[in-house]
Amino acid sequence: MIRTRGLTKDFVVSRTQTVHAVRGVDLDVAPGELVAVLGPNGAGKTTTMRMLTTLVRPTAGTATVAGVDVLADPAAVRCRIGYVGQGNGAGRFQHVVDELVVHGRIHGLSARTARARADELLDALDLAGLAHRKVESLSGGQRRRVDVALGLVHGPGLLFLDEPSTGLDPHTRANLWAHVRRLRAEHDMTIVLTTHYLDEADTVAERVVVVDHGRIIADDTADALKRELAGDRLVLAAARASQAPALAELVGRLPGAREVDLDGVHVTARVADAPGAAAQVVQAAATTGVDVTEVRTERPTLDDVFLALTGRSLREPATTTDDEAAAAAGQDAA
Amino acid sequence: MTIDTLTPHPAAQRTRDARRSWWSDVRLVLVRELRPVVREPFSVVFGLVQPLVFLALFGPLLVGSVGSGLPAADVWLWFVPSVLVMTTLFGTSTTGSNLQDEMSAGSHERMLVTPLSRSSQIVGRSLKEIVPLVAQALLVVLVMLPFGLRPDPVGVVVGLALLAVLGVGLGAFSYALAIAVRSQEWMFWAVQQTVLFPLMILSGLLLPLETGPRWMQVASTVNPLRWVVDAERALFAGDLTATAVLWGFLAAGATAAVGLVVGVQAILRSTD
Repeated sequence: MIRTRGLTKDFVVSRTQTVHAVRGVDLDVAPGELVAVLGPNGAGKTTTMRMLTTLVRPTAGTATVAGVDVLADPAAVRCRIGYVGQGNGAGRFQHVVDELVVHGRIHGLSARTARARADELLDALDLAGLAHRKVESLSGGQRRRVDVALGLVHGPGLLFLDEPSTGLDPHTRANLWAHVRRLRAEHDMTIVLTTHYLDEADTVAERVVVVDHGRIIADDTADALKRELAGDRLVLAAARASQAPALAELVGRLPGAREVDLDGVHVTARVADAPGAAAQVVQAAATTGVDVTEVRTERPTLDDVFLALTGRSLREPATTTDDEAAAAAGQDAA
Repeated sequence: MTIDTLTPHPAAQRTRDARRSWWSDVRLVLVRELRPVVREPFSVVFGLVQPLVFLALFGPLLVGSVGSGLPAADVWLWFVPSVLVMTTLFGTSTTGSNLQDEMSAGSHERMLVTPLSRSSQIVGRSLKEIVPLVAQALLVVLVMLPFGLRPDPVGVVVGLALLAVLGVGLGAFSYALAIAVRSQEWMFWAVQQTVLFPLMILSGLLLPLETGPRWMQVASTVNPLRWVVDAERALFAGDLTATAVLWGFLAAGATAAVGLVVGVQAILRSTD
């Protein structure tokens, strides 16, 4: 459904400064996949999506979206994809149903068919009672559902969602994802989404592509990434500080144990299987006279994965975001 | 909720690659842009405040100065066309701010990811300017009839057409400006205001240029607005075959052509 090779985007900010927002991305997305592109602000995920949706021309490389080359025939790409951007897609002075009908007409539906399709989507996304409301009078969550409806109005096989839940409260986010999941299950749509919400990428996506500094640094299921790159976290406490070094030594002997850290009475480490490792250490401690007063195991998060990959947290802000760079260069999508 | 009833529409699948004609794209954009104006015509009425204030406060001053000795009807035939051009200038030159609003909110970006051709989005928006400006001009003429304005009816119709052509051009320039300065929104108003007043004063809208210095008269010859103002005055006076009318249409046509080309280039380059 998507294939990119060496996809690159540079933004010329000034004569002396060029921001390399995306650096040679190779990405393949198969039909029916739900892929989350995860990365901190400035990683290049939005710029990548903008290239795939024809909003920004790549500086170099190739990209085929829904079987069409984005550079050779961008108009045909736009016929085949649905897009929900970061902002509100519906004009704020328009009525909800009018926007849906107009977008249906833009995609080639007859007036009657577009109206029927609009009614279907209004029902499906719990917007029926808001059909004749002006968009600016809707709540944030309602506007987001209208945006999703606009992205689906022509029944696309491929839907791009660019940080669709940013700014929404947890309840509204959960509600939005429930809608998207159900619609996808119905239609076997391919979905590519960008997000900086770790829990969202973890629970919603079947595959996570981690992006940093314009490059893909990991690409797998969330579980596989956590298992292979981060590992479980094991936390133990000795009864006395004098026993802690011995406890740390026992932990260090565990197969595959890494990042063993000693802090007062606490010993922490990364291990492949924390519950099994905890049992081994407690047993060994008992035979060597070390009293263990606390045992805790923690499953890794995608932030741990990113930390393992880059040495930084996903929550750390980047110095310059790709959007800021684009805006500074005057090359963002108008 | 009826999630189960939602299906990919066969028509949507069938027509996914359908490419409408360019004019159909323009029509879709035009209808979408007009819908809020028609639904809430208050903005059109509100836009009348400024021209009516000028007519009420500046008109009497004109009668007492340049128009002294002339009947009021002749002064209105000179000044009402001016006010109509001014209304067009103010109304259409600010319309780019609406596009700025859509660029900030995200709805413009949404339209860019649809099969609509880029050029149709500028042309459709610019054509939309015709409706409010013609409606406002008509209302101004009607309001001034009880005060002695007696324009030539055919001249008024042709004059409105001339204003429409000018409005399309100025609107296109305004959209082009909004796109060009999208990363620094404040620049829109700085440029618009900087250009607006020299254009207005050097058109002879408010005071006759004949009484001004020579350099102003020379400068006004490259101002398309000056030729449109002269044409409107001739048309309202019933002099439909005056050379000024021809020059007015040439100036307005050139403004529209150049404005649309610049606007289309701006939207095309915005996604490079």
